[in-house]
Amino acid sequence: MGIGERSGIPHLTPALSASRGGEGVARPVAKSVVSSPCFAYRRAGRSERKVAVPFSSVDLLQALSAGLLVGSAYALMCIGLGIIFGSMNVINFAQGDFLMLGMYAAFYLTAGYGVLTFLGPYGGPIVAAFLAGPIVFAIGWVLHRFIVARVTGAGVAQIAGAGAYGQILVTLGISLILQNGGLILFGSTPVGIRTPLSRQSWEIGDVLLNQARVVSFLFAVALAGGMYLFLSHTRLGKGLRAAADNPQAAIYMGIDVDRAHRIAWSAGVGITAIAGGLVATSQTFQPYIGFDFVIVMYAGVVLGGLGSNFGAFWGGLVIGVVQQMSTLILPYQLQNTAIFVVFLLIIFLRPQGMFGRLSERT
Amino acid sequence: MRTRAEANRQRWAILGFAVAILVLSFLVLKSTYYQLVLTQVLLWAVLSLGWNLLSGYSGYFSFGHAAFWGLGAYTVALGMLYLDLTPWISIPFAALVGAVAGAIIGYPTFRLRGHYFALAMLAYPLATLYVFQWLGYQELALPMKREAPLLYMQFEDQRLYVVLALGLLVAALLISLNVENSRFGMALLAIKQNEPAAEAAGINTWRWKMLALMLSGAISAIAGGLYGVVLLVVTPEAVFGMLVSAQALILALFGGVGSLWGPVIGAMLLVPLAEGLNAELGDVLPGIQGVVYGIAIIMIILWAPEGVYWRVLDRFSRRAPAASAPETAAAPVAANVAPLPRVPAPLGADLLVLRDIGISFGGLRALDGIDLAVPEGGLYGIIGPNGAGKTTLFNVINGFLAPDRGAITFSGEPITGLRPNQVCRRGIGRTFQVVRAFSRMTVLENVIVGAFVGARDDATARQMALAALDRVGLSAQSEAIAGGLTTRELRLMELARALVPHPRLMLLDETLAGLAHDDLDGILTVIRQLRADGITVVIIEHTMQAMVKLVDHFTVLDHGRLIASGQPDDVVRDASVIEAYLGKKWVDRVAVPAK
Repeated sequence: MGIGERSGIPHLTPALSASRGGEGVARPVAKSVVSSPCFAYRRAGRSERKVAVPFSSVDLLQALSAGLLVGSAYALMCIGLGIIFGSMNVINFAQGDFLMLGMYAAFYLTAGYGVLTFLGPYGGPIVAAFLAGPIVFAIGWVLHRFIVARVTGAGVAQIAGAGAYGQILVTLGISLILQNGGLILFGSTPVGIRTPLSRQSWEIGDVLLNQARVVSFLFAVALAGGMYLFLSHTRLGKGLRAAADNPQAAIYMGIDVDRAHRIAWSAGVGITAIAGGLVATSQTFQPYIGFDFVIVMYAGVVLGGLGSNFGAFWGGLVIGVVQQMSTLILPYQLQNTAIFVVFLLIIFLRPQGMFGRLSERT
Repeated sequence: MRTRAEANRQRWAILGFAVAILVLSFLVLKSTYYQLVLTQVLLWAVLSLGWNLLSGYSGYFSFGHAAFWGLGAYTVALGMLYLDLTPWISIPFAALVGAVAGAIIGYPTFRLRGHYFALAMLAYPLATLYVFQWLGYQELALPMKREAPLLYMQFEDQRLYVVLALGLLVAALLISLNVENSRFGMALLAIKQNEPAAEAAGINTWRWKMLALMLSGAISAIAGGLYGVVLLVVTPEAVFGMLVSAQALILALFGGVGSLWGPVIGAMLLVPLAEGLNAELGDVLPGIQGVVYGIAIIMIILWAPEGVYWRVLDRFSRRAPAASAPETAAAPVAANVAPLPRVPAPLGADLLVLRDIGISFGGLRALDGIDLAVPEGGLYGIIGPNGAGKTTLFNVINGFLAPDRGAITFSGEPITGLRPNQVCRRGIGRTFQVVRAFSRMTVLENVIVGAFVGARDDATARQMALAALDRVGLSAQSEAIAGGLTTRELRLMELARALVPHPRLMLLDETLAGLAHDDLDGILTVIRQLRADGITVVIIEHTMQAMVKLVDHFTVLDHGRLIASGQPDDVVRDASVIEAYLGKKWVDRVAVPAK
């Protein structure tokens, strides 16, 4: 139970099939649709405080560093989403499910089938995370070739709303298929990738840094930097940006927009999958995990502002920091509410996002 | 806008639909389970119609309608648990809650457009979800009221819920129909197709968007309230979850977005499909129902990208492809506009006065200390090379941009910082460099949108629009779809749209650009006619030729500065003007420019 009602059709609660009235109230066993991806860890011993200040400076530093470490993974996810959003102008609701595929790809390469066990408990999970990229890239490529391309790109540029209606439904459909297909293939039992790093910490002053997270932080930042260089310095990267900026003009300049979109889409889901693989070492997951991150990703991308992958990166980082810092003053259930509040504040003060620009010709 | 007869046909269709549902419920369906499914179909259809009222008509996609649905459900549940309030009272109250929530949400969120708006809307239901979890309302079960079931909407007979849900759906359909057939609907459609143009045509876009969101929120909250009563249990995930928001738009997009029946079709097809799949396959292999459902959605949407309703309508071809109308009439442009000699009409007092206007974009000074006085009754030309700041000047005058410094007065009253629709209401009309048409509306409808400013009722608006079309010589094309017009016809249509509320001042932005020589004369005639009718005209061009013949006062802009002003013949000899246009070396060589 607890699975059927998450199959994309919200009313499919057990209450429906239970007969009404007689035996009282049927209870839908809905799990949290968006449970908080929370990684707040504070040192147990530090919580006893003397003064009225709600938190100590060590708590503050601890939350800040945890936020930066978590935020780096978010940032990478946001870059993946931002590439798709930025170059295709498509809202991809299935992005979280590609993240889930990345997690499971990494899982099966290590714990599941043990293909990579020869790399040892330290190297294996990292390599697996990076291998998840090409695997999901290939899945994304096929899905774009046969489904997504039919509602995006050059073919629909003329339709009203540039085919936005079809796009939304198609990505929602893909999301349903991936989630439920994942349920069939992977089962509903939460799994995780265990690495010795997950349980070890470096101590800097009084602040504890989880080693698995530090490692994933370093790799995430390196990959983000690599993507930045790729987009700004290679021919392909520039073509992607041109196709994003003005598909019509790009077509006239001889850029194959559909191909550019296919690369952007596949690369976008691939990068998000790598982020998933990195996150998989420090939390458990099941086929519905994608929902938890879709919000984080979109908040990050909108926060950063469309138009720069740079923005998506910082947006993701900010989300991570806000999420962790909020636990200092707010009950922990409200950490995602804190994200939304910051998100709305920034929208209110700077509708174009932190790094976006507003321009309109009249 | 539909004709009255069409609207009546729709009312009969709604009645017929209601009767069909009642027959289905009372005569065909035997089991309680099917009745419950039918109730759900109807309630989801109401939610989807509520969504469609905002997103379908105005184009502002909401990914967060669960906020309203959930607030409705919780209003009813909390009311019953803590205040012993009957749903008969709390469900109407839920509508109020939904409307207020719509206002609170719309206020900050309508600063955003496009995908950003849609995504920001995601945040509201999810943030609310966490708040309700934190407040401890994880699972509210409505108490059974065995002593007074009717008073608390706890019917033994499931069919009564069908009747209630059907009543809501019929009400939602009638509201949608009325919106479609009024200036409300026209304003939303205009916003969807070209928001700046709607604003410049005097539509208070902010007000209509807020109204649409509030109405949409009220409808969605009412449906959510009844949903809570029907299912007896309310949890944050079930009513605020992303799946609810997704459902609202899936049903409408699937059935046909922006249409009256689309959301109903979507609900009638998809809800039973999902339900059936779940019942038949869910136990065999958990997850397979979701896969099949997903595949079904994708297959059908590849076949009908704009939804089933529009696709079927296309099949029966009542809806001709958008570009069918234009070639029909190349009617003589100015048959009813007599060519006028150039009469330097006696000029009145200054109508529009700009004092020291300045605006910068980043480091670029787009306008720098512009002083300008346009006398009433004048035909005033502003020229300058590309990038001189001409369009920026218009944007500042008509309120798209607020100047960093300086003041604008119109007819003696300050208009600096007013919104474009307010500027329009004061009597300043404008056209655009790139024609901003509502391209999916007919020519007449385009102009009617402009007429709402001055017209008391919709019939008057129509009359005024027809008169304006006649004035520019475009009557023959009034039923053509704007998307298929030629450049000349589009320019004329835009002129008519700006003209219809009887402005005192018209701002024409490169109205002559991109026209063939023959077309040019027709438009020039219309412009002269405007002046003869007492309308002051300010026109932007970057070619001098046409302007020298047309205007009686010339101002030249370059790099955001005013470099010359005066009689046309004097200005074209001005050294700084020649330099701006041709470069320094020409100043010495050219005594009189070519034309």
